[in-house]
Amino acid sequence: MPAVSKGDGMRGLAVFISDIRNCKSKEAEIKRINKELANIRSKFKGDKALDGYSKKKYVCKLLFIFLLGHDIDFGHMEAVNLLSSNKYTEKQIGYLFISVLVNSNSELIRLINNAIKNDLASRNPTFMCLALHCIANVGSREMGEAFAADIPRILVAGDSMDSVKQSAALCLLRLYKASPDLVPMGEWTARVVHLLNDQHMGVVTAAVSLITCLCKKNPDDFKTCISLAVSRLSRIVSSASTDLQDYTYYFVPAPWLSVKLLRLLQCYPPPEDAAVKGRLVECLETVLNKAQEPPKSKKVQHSNAKNAILFETISLIIHYDSEPNLLVRACNQLGQFLQHRETNLRYLALESMCTLASSEFSHEAVKTHIDTVINALKTERDVSVRQRAADLLYAMCDRSNAKQIVSEMLRYLETADYAIREEIVLKVAILAEKYAVDYSWYVDTILNLIRIAGDYVSEEVWYRVLQIVTNRDDVQGYAAKTVFEALQAPACHENMVKVGGYILGEFGNLIAGDPRSSPPVQFSLLHSKFHLCSVATRALLLSTYIKFINLFPETKATIQAVLRAGSQLRNADVELQQRAVEYLTLSSVASTDVLATVLEEMPPFPERESSILAKLKRKKGPGAGSALDDGRRDPSSNDINGGVEPTPSTVLSPGPEDIGPPIPEADELLNKFVCKNNGVLFENQLLQIGVKSEFRQNLGRMYLFYGNKTSVQFQNFSPTVVHPGDLQTQLAVQTKRVAVDGGAQVQQVLNIECLRDFLTPPLLSVRFRYGGTPQALTLKLPVTINKFFQPTEMAAQDFFQRWKQLSLPQQEAQKIFKANHPMDAEVTKAKLLGFGSALLDNVDPNPENFVGAGIIQTKALQVGCLLRLEPNAQAQMYRLTLRTSKEPVSRHLCELLAQQF
Amino acid sequence: MVWIRFILIQNRAGKTRLAKWYMQFDDDEKQKLIEEVHAVVTVRDAKHTNFVEFRNFKIIYRRYAGLYFCICVDVNDNNLAYLEAIHNFVEVLNEYFHNVCELDLVFNFYKVYTVVDEMFLAGEIRETSQTKVLKQLLMLQSLE
Repeated sequence: MPAVSKGDGMRGLAVFISDIRNCKSKEAEIKRINKELANIRSKFKGDKALDGYSKKKYVCKLLFIFLLGHDIDFGHMEAVNLLSSNKYTEKQIGYLFISVLVNSNSELIRLINNAIKNDLASRNPTFMCLALHCIANVGSREMGEAFAADIPRILVAGDSMDSVKQSAALCLLRLYKASPDLVPMGEWTARVVHLLNDQHMGVVTAAVSLITCLCKKNPDDFKTCISLAVSRLSRIVSSASTDLQDYTYYFVPAPWLSVKLLRLLQCYPPPEDAAVKGRLVECLETVLNKAQEPPKSKKVQHSNAKNAILFETISLIIHYDSEPNLLVRACNQLGQFLQHRETNLRYLALESMCTLASSEFSHEAVKTHIDTVINALKTERDVSVRQRAADLLYAMCDRSNAKQIVSEMLRYLETADYAIREEIVLKVAILAEKYAVDYSWYVDTILNLIRIAGDYVSEEVWYRVLQIVTNRDDVQGYAAKTVFEALQAPACHENMVKVGGYILGEFGNLIAGDPRSSPPVQFSLLHSKFHLCSVATRALLLSTYIKFINLFPETKATIQAVLRAGSQLRNADVELQQRAVEYLTLSSVASTDVLATVLEEMPPFPERESSILAKLKRKKGPGAGSALDDGRRDPSSNDINGGVEPTPSTVLSPGPEDIGPPIPEADELLNKFVCKNNGVLFENQLLQIGVKSEFRQNLGRMYLFYGNKTSVQFQNFSPTVVHPGDLQTQLAVQTKRVAVDGGAQVQQVLNIECLRDFLTPPLLSVRFRYGGTPQALTLKLPVTINKFFQPTEMAAQDFFQRWKQLSLPQQEAQKIFKANHPMDAEVTKAKLLGFGSALLDNVDPNPENFVGAGIIQTKALQVGCLLRLEPNAQAQMYRLTLRTSKEPVSRHLCELLAQQF
Repeated sequence: MVWIRFILIQNRAGKTRLAKWYMQFDDDEKQKLIEEVHAVVTVRDAKHTNFVEFRNFKIIYRRYAGLYFCICVDVNDNNLAYLEAIHNFVEVLNEYFHNVCELDLVFNFYKVYTVVDEMFLAGEIRETSQTKVLKQLLMLQSLE
């Protein structure tokens, strides 16, 4: 085989490159380049027409100069001229120059496209490929517009050469990725799928990539690819190591094509056709079997190629998550790799096992490898491998092994790389909370976290331990004792002081009986840390001190002296100064009772999803973002929710005529919220809107959560609330600014005031742009009149008396209707309570019936309401009767409530 | 096997011997990526894996003498398939340039692009058969 010699073909170029390489300094290089540029410029401007060879040589030199990092501002025209040469070498340099130095000069684009068009029509496969490669490399919209229609034709034409088909397939893929709208599906799509049967494996290799990309948006159009891919895969997998000749790589038949086919199959659920599925399962088993066979070569290339297929097979098995037998076999195979001498394989096995751990079929099998994984965490030299081990431990953790895993992770934390400490801290905190059997273990774990890696313990973590201790009285004494002990350490982390300060301020009394932790001892211990702490911590400690005055009156004098000291009362920091002044005054003027009320123990926190978990989710980010993100942007903004870009809602909200009608399901969605306040209001492929609301008297507050489900930002995201008709006079909805909450989703707060009774709910209009297309959506805001119900308890005789008082025909509304849901007394009760009225027992003589009472609170008036619901289980019917002092309210409530059963 | 974002060949000193981009970057961004990849890859020793997380992606790389061959792909893509794709590419270069060395890539930079386009196109693997690629390259070589 003839070797290519240096600078073969273009002596001048080789000389120039040598010159550059011989330059001793940057200055010398620049000088040489400038000389060359001047030379080339004069040649291009000269009177003498340049021959093709010279033109090619100079353009190539310009390209070389550009690749060295210098700007090139001429030569484009000469490069375009080369495109129309009949000589391959000249054409190639022309195309290369265009591909590397894309120039959006419109004049040139027209010329370039013209040259490409000629080459595509040339029937010369070499020229056609050059043109296709140029389109694929540039991939601009202009080229898409010019050629998107031609390329499918070239791809499926019967007389196209194999190499042209390969290039055309991938060229089309590039155009589709750049501008999907320019590539219309059509008659050619079916023929593309059949390229999977092509005799030429290179064509199949290129076609699979194209199909994998296209089928993601149009799964049904490409469904036939499943059986074709399975049979192709089956033929490869079952072939002997030499059958495929050119496509056998180190005794492995067609490894890349196999991997691509397995990837394609992961775009679909398991095949429905039993025969196809059987054939596929057979393939997967064959791959697993082959992994156990002795290697056909000792070369790492052989095992890598073989294992590339194996790992992709395991990915498909995990994707299906339906074959317990295969999942367990996959797990056993990965288990062997955990101890392999190749670091790559250990890493990949840990990574792959992580996903296996979340399948119910293989979770137990994964757990059997715990010791090996712990060992990896301790001994692996490559930090990325240790990180995978930590991930896997986290994934395989459950109640049975939580203590072991948490203690190993804590131990690892002491020596862990700085880069991954925060993540380990979060993981430990989550596992400790999730699997805490006794909360003393949880408290110990978190305090250990602070001790070992205090700098990496974020606020979320230590806030959470305070919430949990506050909410669980069985652990409060233990927590007080433990923090007290932890604070004894001569050097303890500031986060420990914060947790200690808070817990002793709340629960220090629980250990005050022990003389070793008597109130003065607790105080002096905390105060010994005071001066070394930051302002925020000192502020927290001042609050602890005032709580001490309440808990332990004997410390009052000492603490007042501290507060009175000039360093506090005249502290330069306004927050500290204010606290000192106010606390000092409070302790002097307030009676013990007042003090006890003001400084009462904190009430339990509302239970909610752990904020730490949310933080970890944010940290992990997406599998892959849509653009290379170097972390300059807040990384949380483009993951999970893709980051909604909020714009403050304008004061001037659009009138009803500006927004579209509510979506067809709006009423149905609204009905879901009549008896409840929280839930998902709306969801489609792009957006999820969650609602959380609370109402008291005639006031309400509603939180709307907008979650972006895509990976790209929404533009001009603007949610507004609109009052149709004269609702404005009945209900005031004040929209607070939209703020990004923690990057996970956008939260919007609405303050609601019911001025008088109303019948129609306000509308919520959401508009934004997604991928350039405007999106608009109108929903009914789940605010119905019953939200302002105040339940009223009353005895039977009061009820009947009032019932009689409201006996005018227009005051009553009644509805008899068929049950839409199973008639369950408990469910009905819950719904009526959710509706807002009080449920009155022992009022109705028939115990099957429900009776309720309440007052609707509006700013202008109060409307008393009585209701009675009579189920008839035999007929599967209900009779609902409402009596209120206002006719429309009776009817409206009756309609709202009747929808619920 | 989803989509290669870029292929880089760099020497130990950080000089780029090939940069092939499969998504749009401006020139400054390209320069930054080149420097970051160099910083990430050259500190790793032979006992380390051939994979390294890089921004939201990962780099699959292998070192041949003084040259690092790097491919940037999605994090959930098949590591070993790309690792061997690099080797396959290197074997083709070796055959084509007859014991390839760094200087061949410098002096024949415009031919290296042709080799790349035969084997990778639009960020996808185009052709994997060494025989077929070399046959095509020799045919092109014989053209004027």
